Amino acid sequence: MRLHDFRGGVHPPSQKHLSAGRPIESLPLPARLYIPLQQHAGAPALPVVTVGQQVGKGELLARAQGATSAPLHAPSSGRIAAIGEFTAPHASGLPLPTIILDTDGEERWAERAPPPDPFSLSPEEVARRVGAAGIVGMGGANFPASVKLSKARQAGVHTLVINGAECEPYVTCDDQLMRERAGEIADGIAIMLHALQASRAVIAIENNKPEAIQAMSDACRHDARIEVLGLPSRYPAGSAKQLIQLLTGLETPAGGRGTDTGLLVHNVGTAYAAHRALRHDRPLISRIVTVSGGAVPEPRNLEVPIGALAADLLAYCGGVSDERARLLMGGPMMGQPLPGPQVPVIKGTNGILALTPDEVGEAGEPSPCIRCGRCVEACPMGLLPLELSKRARGEDWEGIQALGLNDCMSCGSCAYVCPSHIPLPQYFAYARGMLAAQRREEQKARRTRELMEQRQARFERQERAKAEAAAARRAAKKPRTVVLEADED
Amino acid sequence: MNSNSFAGAPHAHDQDSVPRLMGAVLLAILPATLYGLFLFGWPAFNLLTITVLVGLVCEAGCLWLAGRPIRPGVMDGSALLTGVLLALSLPPWAPWWIGAIGAGFAVVVGKQVFGGTGQNIFNPAMLARVMLLVSFPVEMTTWLTPHPWWSGTSPGWLEGWLITLGHFSATDGVTGATILGYARTELGMNHSLAQILAGHYQASAAALGWTGGSLGETAEWLVLLGGLWLLRRRVITWHIPVGMLGAVLVLASGFHLLDPQRFADPVLHLLSGGLMLGAFFIATDPVTSPISSLGQIVFGVGCGVLVYIIRTWGGYPEGVAFAVVLMNAATPVIDHYIRPRAYGRTWSGKPRPVPARAKQPPLARKSGVDARD
Repeated sequence: MRLHDFRGGVHPPSQKHLSAGRPIESLPLPARLYIPLQQHAGAPALPVVTVGQQVGKGELLARAQGATSAPLHAPSSGRIAAIGEFTAPHASGLPLPTIILDTDGEERWAERAPPPDPFSLSPEEVARRVGAAGIVGMGGANFPASVKLSKARQAGVHTLVINGAECEPYVTCDDQLMRERAGEIADGIAIMLHALQASRAVIAIENNKPEAIQAMSDACRHDARIEVLGLPSRYPAGSAKQLIQLLTGLETPAGGRGTDTGLLVHNVGTAYAAHRALRHDRPLISRIVTVSGGAVPEPRNLEVPIGALAADLLAYCGGVSDERARLLMGGPMMGQPLPGPQVPVIKGTNGILALTPDEVGEAGEPSPCIRCGRCVEACPMGLLPLELSKRARGEDWEGIQALGLNDCMSCGSCAYVCPSHIPLPQYFAYARGMLAAQRREEQKARRTRELMEQRQARFERQERAKAEAAAARRAAKKPRTVVLEADED
Repeated sequence: MNSNSFAGAPHAHDQDSVPRLMGAVLLAILPATLYGLFLFGWPAFNLLTITVLVGLVCEAGCLWLAGRPIRPGVMDGSALLTGVLLALSLPPWAPWWIGAIGAGFAVVVGKQVFGGTGQNIFNPAMLARVMLLVSFPVEMTTWLTPHPWWSGTSPGWLEGWLITLGHFSATDGVTGATILGYARTELGMNHSLAQILAGHYQASAAALGWTGGSLGETAEWLVLLGGLWLLRRRVITWHIPVGMLGAVLVLASGFHLLDPQRFADPVLHLLSGGLMLGAFFIATDPVTSPISSLGQIVFGVGCGVLVYIIRTWGGYPEGVAFAVVLMNAATPVIDHYIRPRAYGRTWSGKPRPVPARAKQPPLARKSGVDARD
């Protein structure tokens, strides 16, 4: 397969050496787990347990609600301590509905049925089981995997792309997963190919992970449908659109889906989770998380039950050495700043990073834009970040949409290179927020107008009915009137 | 954890900053500047000092008047760079008030009235040079043959100040036209180019920068080296210099081939006047040049074409400042019409059609799959 190129992108220094090659260790089971009901796109899951209830490991805690939702399962056995609000992994630090589980340390599995051979199942059934296991995209997008599989099969996707690019600096959890569990990933890929009815898979891995490339190549040697491909390491090669472009030269049409190109992208962690679900009947209750950054004394890759707090992970890695560290969930390019360490790991968490001010590269106040065009050069989507931010500052919401705000995927490449240190993605986020508020307002106004019009119409109908009735009455009276008139005459 | 935990992504940044970029440009032009000072002595040094100081003071004053932070504005290096570039484009023994008026005009009218750094439409140094040339044509076209520091004819420190303060006319020194100016005058008298250049132009001296001209323009090869270093350091991109030099090269070659007696050869054009300085240090000013690569090529070619037209048929022997300022005015138009094509969209901005290949079977191994399934 010949590689193509994508435009833009940046080369942030890797920093993967801090945690790369560290064998995956299991985090000691925390006494409490905090499982937010919203760990996926779509509506929050609906709890099916009550406070005080004993649950076994893997037991259903909350069921999916709506088409793009995902169920939640108990990461360990124990007792439901509370169902309430708890800080979610979001910069705002706002609380979200959360199931709080006191673990009993017994790791007692709920009863599982011995799973049938996945290849004897129908593709629909495989996708359904992937969905029932609560599997969402493990690369951070958190979109339910079963929905992607079914939609892609219906769209006639021919190639499954397994994303092992992992282009964010620091993050090595996928790298380590591929090195240690390549056989399981390969099996998961075969299962997903069956669910998709697609004919081949490509595992795309950045060239800075030679061990992972080797391990995956060895594991897939027996399966002629699976190809392992090394990519040049350049951020954001791991973004689905850029990955598809690298592999095929095709661009996903604006406003369209990746599947329009005939390819479907899934993360390696998702393939591994599919293997666990279909071969061992294990729901998605844990994941591999990279704990790293200059303020972490002992960076590691940890297998972590969903719901463990960032504080638990950091404590296991020697605590945070620098009080002025910036705490992140995810990588430095797109990661979420955390309001504090008391925030749980969710299904899409690939890293917990504590970065020192040096690593963050803080440069004080932003200076004026000098129109150097580096952001334009760096934008993988071919946008004009400086013009977009100018529109956002001028509150020109129509202009900013015309310039393609909706095409921006917030990869942060523009701000990474900006010599004036302008926080461009924050302007875009602000504009998105304002536009969303505007849309809500418009919807409300439209609804009000509709109600007004309906009311008006009702009044008019009533008036008309009244008038007609009056006319009818008059008409009915008419002969009498004539008579009266006649009488008068 | 501190309040920074609420800052947005990305949480990483490369090393570059505006002061670093300005510093790189200053470093790149340093060899040509030093060589210019060496060739033209103390008066040139005084002139450079004046443009830089006046530029910085005006910048600070404007920021103070506007109630904006003074330190970061003055320290970002942009006013310093404007002062240096202006001095490099002036006659080396120009009197102090030429430098002072020019630097003040560049910073106040050329930049601050538009709103300061990043807001100006025209390159401040070139705008000032154009203003000076139009307003003070005599002082601005009094050229001097080089007086190297060790040559004995170079004025001493005190004499240098007398020249700068205007007590000592530069014409008392050895003056002469630049080659472009001389050729223009002589061509006007129907002399052929070969005759003109024979007595007046030595390629070797020109190449060394051993000719009359502006302070920083005569040593074209040092300017070129600095420019190439900026390219290597990715402070500038190749689009504008290649467009500008390429356009002059193509036009000069074409006309020279048509009539070698009337049109100077391309090498003379490339190595004379402010072309090299303009191509690498002036036209590449990010604030006043287009954003997109294609736009930059258009801009560069436009500059080059204008330079050639002004030099060959215009009213001035040299036209880099005019050309750059004119193209600066065209930059908003270029940026409006030439944009990068957005991913997943056509050039007109509409979504691209769904690729036809999408519906086709994959490249390989369909049969193997059927067997397996």
